[in-house]
Amino acid sequence: MSNAVSALGHASFDGFAKVREIGPIGMISLRAKADLPGLAAAIKAAVGTGVPAQRQIEIAGDKAAGWMSPDEYLLLLPYGETDAALAAIAEALRGQHHLAVTLSDARAVFRIEGAKADQVLAKLSPVDFATLGSKELRRTRAAQVAAAFWKDGDGYTLVCFRSVAAYVMGLLSHSATSGSEIS
Amino acid sequence: MLILECPYCGVKAEETELTPGYEAHLKRFGPGSSDTEFEDYMFARKNPKGVHFERWRHVYGCGKWFLAARDTNTLEVFGTYPAQSSAPPADLQDKIKAKRPDWKGYK
Amino acid sequence: MSTRLSKGGRLIDRSAPQEFSFNGKTMRGLAGDTLAAALLANDQMLLGRSFKYHRPRGLVAAGPEEPNAIVGLGRDGRFEPNQRVTTTELFDGLEAASQNHWPTLEFDVGVINNTLSRFLPGGFYYKTFMWPRAAWKHVFEPIIRRSAGLGKAPTARDADRYEYTYSFCDVLILGGGIAGLQAALVAGASGARVMLLEQSAHWGGRAPVDGDVIEGKPAEVWINSAVQTLAALENVAMRLRTMGAGVYDHGYVLAEEKIADTTPGDGRPKHRLWRIRTAQIVTATGAIERPLSFAGNDIPGVMLAGSVREYVVNYAVSPGDRTVVVTNNDDAYRTAIALVQAGLAVPCIVDARASVTGDLPAKARAMGIRVETGKAIAKVKGGKRVTGVSLCVQAGEGAVLEEISCDAVAMSGGWSPVVHLWSHCGGKLIWDKTRAHFRPDASRPPTGQDGLAMVVPVGNANGAMTAAEALICGAKGGAAAAEAAGFKAEAKAAVAEAAPEADMEAVWIMPQGAGPALKAKMWLDYQNDVKVSDVQLAAREGYTSVEHTKRYTTLGMATDQGKLSNINGLAVLADALHEEIPQVGTTTFRPPYAPVTLGALAGESRGDIFQPLRKTPMHAWHEKNHAYFEPVGLWRRPYTFPRAGENHEQAVHREVLNTRTNLGLLDASTLGKIIVKGPDAGRFLDMLYTGVMSSLPVGKCRYGLMCSEQGFLSDDGVVARIDEDTWLCHTTSGGADRIHAWMEDWLQCEWWDWQVYTANVTEQLAQVAVVGPNARRVLEKLGGMDVSKETLPFMQWADGTLGGFPARVYRISFSGELSYEVAVPASMGLAFWEALHAAGAEFGAMVYGTEALHIMRAEKGFIMIGDETDGTIIPQDLNLGWAISKKKADFLGKRGQERNYLASPDRWKLAGFETLDGSVIQDGAYIPSAGKNANGQGNTQGRVTSTYFSPTLKKGIAMGLIKGGMDRLGDVVEFTTITGGVVKAKVVDPVFYDKDGEKNNV
Repeated sequence: MSNAVSALGHASFDGFAKVREIGPIGMISLRAKADLPGLAAAIKAAVGTGVPAQRQIEIAGDKAAGWMSPDEYLLLLPYGETDAALAAIAEALRGQHHLAVTLSDARAVFRIEGAKADQVLAKLSPVDFATLGSKELRRTRAAQVAAAFWKDGDGYTLVCFRSVAAYVMGLLSHSATSGSEIS
Repeated sequence: MLILECPYCGVKAEETELTPGYEAHLKRFGPGSSDTEFEDYMFARKNPKGVHFERWRHVYGCGKWFLAARDTNTLEVFGTYPAQSSAPPADLQDKIKAKRPDWKGYK
Repeated sequence: MSTRLSKGGRLIDRSAPQEFSFNGKTMRGLAGDTLAAALLANDQMLLGRSFKYHRPRGLVAAGPEEPNAIVGLGRDGRFEPNQRVTTTELFDGLEAASQNHWPTLEFDVGVINNTLSRFLPGGFYYKTFMWPRAAWKHVFEPIIRRSAGLGKAPTARDADRYEYTYSFCDVLILGGGIAGLQAALVAGASGARVMLLEQSAHWGGRAPVDGDVIEGKPAEVWINSAVQTLAALENVAMRLRTMGAGVYDHGYVLAEEKIADTTPGDGRPKHRLWRIRTAQIVTATGAIERPLSFAGNDIPGVMLAGSVREYVVNYAVSPGDRTVVVTNNDDAYRTAIALVQAGLAVPCIVDARASVTGDLPAKARAMGIRVETGKAIAKVKGGKRVTGVSLCVQAGEGAVLEEISCDAVAMSGGWSPVVHLWSHCGGKLIWDKTRAHFRPDASRPPTGQDGLAMVVPVGNANGAMTAAEALICGAKGGAAAAEAAGFKAEAKAAVAEAAPEADMEAVWIMPQGAGPALKAKMWLDYQNDVKVSDVQLAAREGYTSVEHTKRYTTLGMATDQGKLSNINGLAVLADALHEEIPQVGTTTFRPPYAPVTLGALAGESRGDIFQPLRKTPMHAWHEKNHAYFEPVGLWRRPYTFPRAGENHEQAVHREVLNTRTNLGLLDASTLGKIIVKGPDAGRFLDMLYTGVMSSLPVGKCRYGLMCSEQGFLSDDGVVARIDEDTWLCHTTSGGADRIHAWMEDWLQCEWWDWQVYTANVTEQLAQVAVVGPNARRVLEKLGGMDVSKETLPFMQWADGTLGGFPARVYRISFSGELSYEVAVPASMGLAFWEALHAAGAEFGAMVYGTEALHIMRAEKGFIMIGDETDGTIIPQDLNLGWAISKKKADFLGKRGQERNYLASPDRWKLAGFETLDGSVIQDGAYIPSAGKNANGQGNTQGRVTSTYFSPTLKKGIAMGLIKGGMDRLGDVVEFTTITGGVVKAKVVDPVFYDKDGEKNNV
């Protein structure tokens, strides 16, 4: 089988912050209500974290579970492990109304790193970074497209749709251009 | 540009993160309804100067539809609540009545 | 002469000369100069021509209110028209050129309009260019268009970059004068997140120019210490060169930051647009001085008194050696005092007030300055520069008492608070009779999302006109804003020395009894050439509304948007109408406060990131293979892949023929794919589609139609049943997001108790249509799945691997050929696509684009959403009644389709068309019918919806809608052509190719 490739082949840009396309990263969209019996077990089995609270992301090593909406979770894991995770979810939620589907390939993932990484995003998204929680997964727009991001280590991880990866790379590079620091 | 708090995810979303869905609390009329009922359902829309109930979708966020009560004249927002509501919550209606004594109700 | 003084100038650095050019002439200024100051220092008073009469124009002001000194800056990709020299910071290498003259600034042909001025009164255009009608289009409009606008639009692409930034705070303070600084100190101390913006390059505003004393020291000392205190506060952000441009709903404010204006090409963004959301806004926007209306008040050298003072104090530039000061208030005396202190001559202060007793006049008199009370300027003498004034009594009609020679006139008609930002979002004004100005009415503020006040005006902007008042007002306003934002604040104000000032006296015309000859020389709007006489004429002609008068006379419609002229103009109008000023009211204040660069408004959205273009995983391959792209929604899809020497039409025909005879490959990744799952999913899809989807067996596919509630066809596609409670719905390429949103709308807002989840998996999968007689062979060569007729018959799907790729294969056809659509994970899409091409080479594999796709579907009579539909077409119009369930009690659109007019036999319905001569019917052609409609237009009985040359059939084929539809089979009708002719066509079955479906049945 051919190796999976990310949308931009790990394009990168060095400005006042560093922008890198990473991935592909395994992603599962799990739709289920928070009170669904077996949900905690399903998420634990799939990515080893607890059920994230409203707008939170629970990170455990190279896996994570993020709250997307009252009945949707984003599970992140190594690319090759989605089938096993889907099987584990199906097992834990057998007979319960839910939908779990791999969306790894529908997405592009970027890392924005550096002390001023937040300024790169502040130019693109109507988000108050001073009040953004340390474990908050924020769904918003980056200029004209949907995006979600969260703080992780010395920067942010941003997820968008694969088809607009080049556009988002263009946005992030424009925003991170040296000399355009906000402060 | 409005700010509406999404009742599902708690984000105080600005208008660019939202999609408008026009009048809330419409009753659907399907097969078997009279021409008048169907016409009202399809075309007759309120356009008040004052208290109004609307549908909004947090499209660049959690993707959920919610309902908002606001004054179309002053743009004061009285509250937002889930779309799975047949009528505005009682406490919201009380709040609006207190602020707008002349308000005739949401229907 | 205007010149640089040998001493003084608080903002300039004499050790840092800067070279710049004006109209090609090299000049020298100093670091810290505005371009205005540097031009004055070079005795360049004449800077432009007025719009209508091309009268010579010089500097009037020193800030953004400047109406005259508008120039073009830079060149080529950095050329900017209509820039105010008063807000342009000087830098080494700056290039400026004056506007609105031909051939030169000094000698301008357009000035002929000036001598004709009595034939060009207010409303001249409206009166003159009425008749004949044809002349408007061919004569008047082209002339006006050519002479309209001041600067010329740049022709080169903007070489600079721009960006947005979003920002959030509790208290946003607009204006960094002493009131704004005081408000920031108070709000900052409360712990609120404070943002303080100042449009100019300096903090402190006018206080140092006015010689104010704060806490016993010169204002500058207090300003510096306030700035230091604020800079040390982590919760306070401060930004110079950032203008609050507009206040909008719910605490939204736009501000423009100038970053690289003085360092062009240094790589930084030229401007940044701040999109700020704040709980409370404090407007500390100061005040603007008003001109006085006397004859010749537009001659270069006549300036605002406060601005004259600013040039002297801040830049050590004297507008003239001998300056006559004319005023109706005490403040202008500061200018006279500053001029004399700078060693310049003030031959006379002309004060319209009969009695003048304040401290400032006393000081001026003590300095030996002659003060004439109850006097007015009868007329200013001079052409391109003031040479003198003649005096008269203010109470009279203008009989000249004496003449005084001078080369500058400093005028002051009083100060108007800058209420723009207060007013943008609905703040109301009251008329302050004592100070003859409008100021914010605190009882009628703009309100925010909680229904409470969201703007607090302070300082001059609130009518607190002295330093002492402004500081108290600033402290109170800062505290009020912080408290409204939820913080505890203490309104402690710095104390300024307050010299008592006598009341000003409203003076709208000088002298008050001036006759028509004088009034025709009293300018209200300098740039647009609107005079007192024009406004009075408008009033006589019945323009009683200030908004109508503005548009009729163009008063306040110039690039300065009436910052100097509005109040004077409406006072003249009120007088002419015998009404009070507040009854006449103001025109509406709209954002932006001052012009904002278009580049800043566009932000990052230009070039490659002008808009998001969606690309499939195979996009790079398409580019490499010379695809010609067409937009489909935001997708870019290959229209065709022309080869060397081919035009698009030839390429498309080759692609069609190869697909029909060998093997065609299409990137169908853009096709919408939505998973619908749950115990109620079947029931839900039965409501969504006109047909029945709940009965579809697992493993099979079914074509479905979706309609709006009105019954109109909105989308179509093939639905596959994946397992007992899972379906996969294909939508059109442009429709995926819309249909997914449509599903979620019904699930969330109407049937929220149904157990259904959806997921849009469009981008998870790359999809390839493998089409043509050799389609099966290439898949068999890749191997891994049984794709035989028996195992995978038409309208079925199967999962498996093809050539090592995990694949879902649908046996569906949009071309009539043997056809498979293969979905693989998007991240393997390109590899799979290349593997298909490699494997298909021996079978004549060739890529095709969307145009070939369209032709092939039209040859088969398949409809296309957006071609055969336009939002007013029901499925029945397209003979798709077979896809509508008769058994279902309800589906979206069913009730809508039952409306009686949709059942009318007169509706246009789908049919095929073939021209008698084999030609192609033109896009958009109509089928005329006899007679005319109520508007005298020809009647029609149908139109073409899809029309192509069929390379397969070697003739033109078309689908269209015609009254009677298929009942008209065999009729010959006429289609219009673009040149006014007609082409005859026969009504035929729309399935032109392989009617029995034999090609697909293999």
